Amino acid sequence: MRKLQFRGKSKLFELVGEKIISITAFAALISVFLIFLFIFKESIPIFTDSEIKQEASVDKMLFKQEYYEGRQPRFSWQPNSDVPKYSILPLFIGSFKAALIAMLFAVPLAVGAAIFSAEFASRRLREFVKPIIELLAGIPSVVLGFFSLIVLATFLQDVFGFTFRLNAINAGIVLGLAVIPIVFTMAEDAMTSVPGSLRDAALALGANRWQVSLTVVLPAALPGIAAGITLGFGRAIGETMIVLMASGNAAIISGSFVDSIRTISATIAAELAEVVFGGAHYSVLFFLGTLLFILTFVLNWIGDYATNALKLKYQGRVK
Amino acid sequence: MPTDKEINLAIKTEVPYLNEPSANSSAGQPGPHINEAHKVVVRDLDFFYSGQQALFGISLNIVEKKVFALIGPSGCGKSTFLRTLNRMNDTIPGTSLKGSIKIDNLDIYKGIKDVSSLRTRVGMVFQKSNPFPKSIFENVAYGLRVNGIKDKRLIAEVVEETLKGAFLWEEVKDKLDHSAYALSGGQQQRLCIARALAVQPEILLMDEPASALDPLSTAKIEDLINELKKNHTIVIVTHNMQQAARVSDVTAFFYEGYMIEYGDTRKLFTKPEKKKTEDYITGRFG
Repeated sequence: MRKLQFRGKSKLFELVGEKIISITAFAALISVFLIFLFIFKESIPIFTDSEIKQEASVDKMLFKQEYYEGRQPRFSWQPNSDVPKYSILPLFIGSFKAALIAMLFAVPLAVGAAIFSAEFASRRLREFVKPIIELLAGIPSVVLGFFSLIVLATFLQDVFGFTFRLNAINAGIVLGLAVIPIVFTMAEDAMTSVPGSLRDAALALGANRWQVSLTVVLPAALPGIAAGITLGFGRAIGETMIVLMASGNAAIISGSFVDSIRTISATIAAELAEVVFGGAHYSVLFFLGTLLFILTFVLNWIGDYATNALKLKYQGRVK
Repeated sequence: MPTDKEINLAIKTEVPYLNEPSANSSAGQPGPHINEAHKVVVRDLDFFYSGQQALFGISLNIVEKKVFALIGPSGCGKSTFLRTLNRMNDTIPGTSLKGSIKIDNLDIYKGIKDVSSLRTRVGMVFQKSNPFPKSIFENVAYGLRVNGIKDKRLIAEVVEETLKGAFLWEEVKDKLDHSAYALSGGQQQRLCIARALAVQPEILLMDEPASALDPLSTAKIEDLINELKKNHTIVIVTHNMQQAARVSDVTAFFYEGYMIEYGDTRKLFTKPEKKKTEDYITGRFG
């Protein structure tokens, strides 16, 4: 037999390949950081510029203000009134209300659909159901907002007799439609990747399919489901077009879910194009953007922490 | 219910050696006659994976409280056969089966409605240890919980007894609430055996239970099998012929979906009736 001759591998090629890959990874990281830096930079005048501070300082945004002499102090977001009011509390409440309804609506549906698709559907049905639910993610949010504004709001008002046609429930439900595919995909993937040997073990002990799904597969898939819920919540807090169209955009403080709401993201979208460049209103909107950014970051961090904790609990290794 | 004569005829076509007057028909050994000691009676079993036949006319008897070993090269159908005994093959789409399997005289395919009650009577241990991602305690308690036992004190009692019975109690009694994954491979497999025993099965199916373990853990599992056969009928699939020789009372040799021969383990390994069996156990193929 002929002796084989192997060629040496090019060191240069390896080096260049490695560098290109690390550059692409860092490019994503750096751009996220630069975006944050830019947004934050535009909001700095709130802390430094004395003129702007007089109109919209941090405590004016956070605490009750007596806007007119002799009147009750209150939280109010009215940046364009004669006495500009910049309380951001109503906006936060609005954002959380919409996200809460969205999650309450989406998580049970998405997880339920994932259990069905991963555990009970035949292969053919699964190949049909899964892409269609995931297609929901492809619907432009303006279309979902349109549906909410024109169709769902009227329907809900007719059925439940809401005082305000556009309210937190209406916006939250459609926001939920945008969240469902995210939670569904992650939950379904987590469940299908639970090893078949665990299912076999449970079946061999006399468990039926329901018991296998709920007592073995679901707990083992919890870390993945938690990650899906985190991502979904991030989407719900940040989503703009749906809430802009469907929520009524009333910046009020109320515990009721049938009142109109105004979210942080919708406020930025609606007002940024109209503000005086570099003015107080402009800076406040960028400050809101910064807060939204930090909020999403913290939520993801908490979600990551929860996912890891669940991994430890349900997939073992340490205790 | 066919008479013994009919069964004899049926067996004659499939497993001719069984009808020869030999040591096989002596007491306690599997023979053509069905007697009370026969826990499992399989007749003319054909098995198909979506149209492809995997088992051909298997007929055999499994004696109560003995260890029955299935040997043969990979793909010979021994695991498939094992999984017909607790109907685990039902979970694979497109499978079908002909013939009959009777446990305590009841046809487990035609005579019962509830598969899960069959599986509590016929427990199973798998090749790779597969503890649940739960605590050691919850792993053993799982079979009790899914079968409707809620009494906490009773569950704790059964878990302790079962773990003692699987010689695992001393090693885990102080860490019952730890994850099962914190145990070593051999301990995990013994935990899986304990989990299967907790629902008090009469028959225990073991699919190469020690093939992924080191010699020391394997020895522990084999000791355990010897202990368990006092109260359980055990059917074990193994690749390891020494293991079959060590632990089993009766051995069946499978080849390409046919059962070539079966009988007293000592006899099968020393004086096999068939050329194929001899070739396999002497290592000429397989």
